[in-house]
Amino acid sequence: MTRYFTAEHEWIDADGDTATVGITDHAQSQLGDIVFIEVPKPGVVLAKGGEAAVVESVKAASDVYSPIGGTVTEGNTAIEDDPALVNADAEGAGWFFKLTIADTGELDGLMDEAAYRDFVDSLA
Amino acid sequence: MGQQAETELAALPLDAWHRARGARMVPFAGYAMPVHYSGPSGGIVAEHEWTRHHAALFDVSHMGQLFVSGEDAEAALEALLPIDLSTLELGALRYSLLLDDDGGILDDLIVARWRQGFFIVVNGATRHADIDHMRERLPGGVVLEHFEDRALFALQGPAAFAALDRHTSGQWPLSALTFMRGGPFEVGGVEAWISRSGYTGEDGFEISIPATEVEPIADLLCAEPEVRPAGLGARDSLRLEAGLPLYGHDLDTAIDPVSARLAWAIARRRREQGGFPGYARIAAVLAEGPARRRVGLSLDGRLPAREGAAVFAGEAEVGRVTSGGFSPTLGHPIAMAYVDAAHAAPGTPLAIEVRGRRLDAAVVPLPFVPHRYRRQGAAT
Repeated sequence: MTRYFTAEHEWIDADGDTATVGITDHAQSQLGDIVFIEVPKPGVVLAKGGEAAVVESVKAASDVYSPIGGTVTEGNTAIEDDPALVNADAEGAGWFFKLTIADTGELDGLMDEAAYRDFVDSLA
Repeated sequence: MGQQAETELAALPLDAWHRARGARMVPFAGYAMPVHYSGPSGGIVAEHEWTRHHAALFDVSHMGQLFVSGEDAEAALEALLPIDLSTLELGALRYSLLLDDDGGILDDLIVARWRQGFFIVVNGATRHADIDHMRERLPGGVVLEHFEDRALFALQGPAAFAALDRHTSGQWPLSALTFMRGGPFEVGGVEAWISRSGYTGEDGFEISIPATEVEPIADLLCAEPEVRPAGLGARDSLRLEAGLPLYGHDLDTAIDPVSARLAWAIARRRREQGGFPGYARIAAVLAEGPARRRVGLSLDGRLPAREGAAVFAGEAEVGRVTSGGFSPTLGHPIAMAYVDAAHAAPGTPLAIEVRGRRLDAAVVPLPFVPHRYRRQGAAT
């Protein structure tokens, strides 16, 4: 399994043609206390860059875009019930959704962990 | 996230102190201001809850501190504000409204009577426009000074008195101050004007000190076990829970005081005699009732409704949200909105449109969370 990162502060664990997607720890710290999350339902077809989930923190609303195209197999309803889980463990138990990847070629060019951490440091 | 370049922003006197404490700085009222601090006790919700249970230090030095003096200062201010200064005792504070000629609200402010004149605290974003407006209209012989060399702290929360009392000396004990009373004191040996006031709904104080003294005084107060710094984010969620309107959001020049549910700020003598800007329109609204009113809305679920969201009664759009967010104290979203008067009674079921869906909401009395001011005559 390989973990990829995007410049939109999402992470993707890819294993063959299945993937788990979440937002990074940096993203949750920027959002602050999260009070509402809506994850996509199984069966929903997402395009790369399409709106996938909704996050509301005490500060602001933001959309989570799908970093790759595919068909959702599971949304993490645990974070809908307890949005603070994403603040506590964004890159683990706070995952957003799983999907079947339509085109694994879309993973090419995404960052690995070291490149992403450098990218975040460059934003400071 | 604000995109305004930080180089265009003025620095607060306490800027370096905020940054050293890991504050996230955002543009507000022309200043770079702390929205919240980092670390295990930082974050908007943690700072909000700390304020409700202990005490928080807010740097509100962006607010304008003005002083109006001169022989005719009292009459001159009454020509601009619907306030009755004849009943404002020495050291007392009162909330008032700077009105335009149509009765629209240019700003909301606090006036305090000092021995030589009137100390006025206005909103940061409107301070320069307020000063221009007032100077244009004040007669010769009445002088408006802008205390740009002074900083302002708000120490808010149930433990604010205990923490501040340890460092305060003066002609009177700090306990002599009740809600909306102020006086000259020394804090940590520094000359200060302290009033028992604030905008969180909690007991607390506002402390005006020379800008050169902010760091030692902030350190002194935050060294108390009850006190932590808190930023603009918590200040906003606290004032929303307290049902207090925020200028530029819940109040503006298109809104008159009656619609804003601030008719109590128009003194009885002034209602009868007039002589303040917008009197004709405000008298008419008082007589006929406002077409729309500021209300509190309590939402079901967890999805907050933000400023600008449309409010519906059935299929009819009957208003707009002017500020909203998640209430940490109540555990659900709350909002303030202007709605048609027919739908403004507490208990009225309404819906708010957020992200293309209708969220169930109900009109509720303000404040959402009861005020805990230490009023005169109340048991201590």
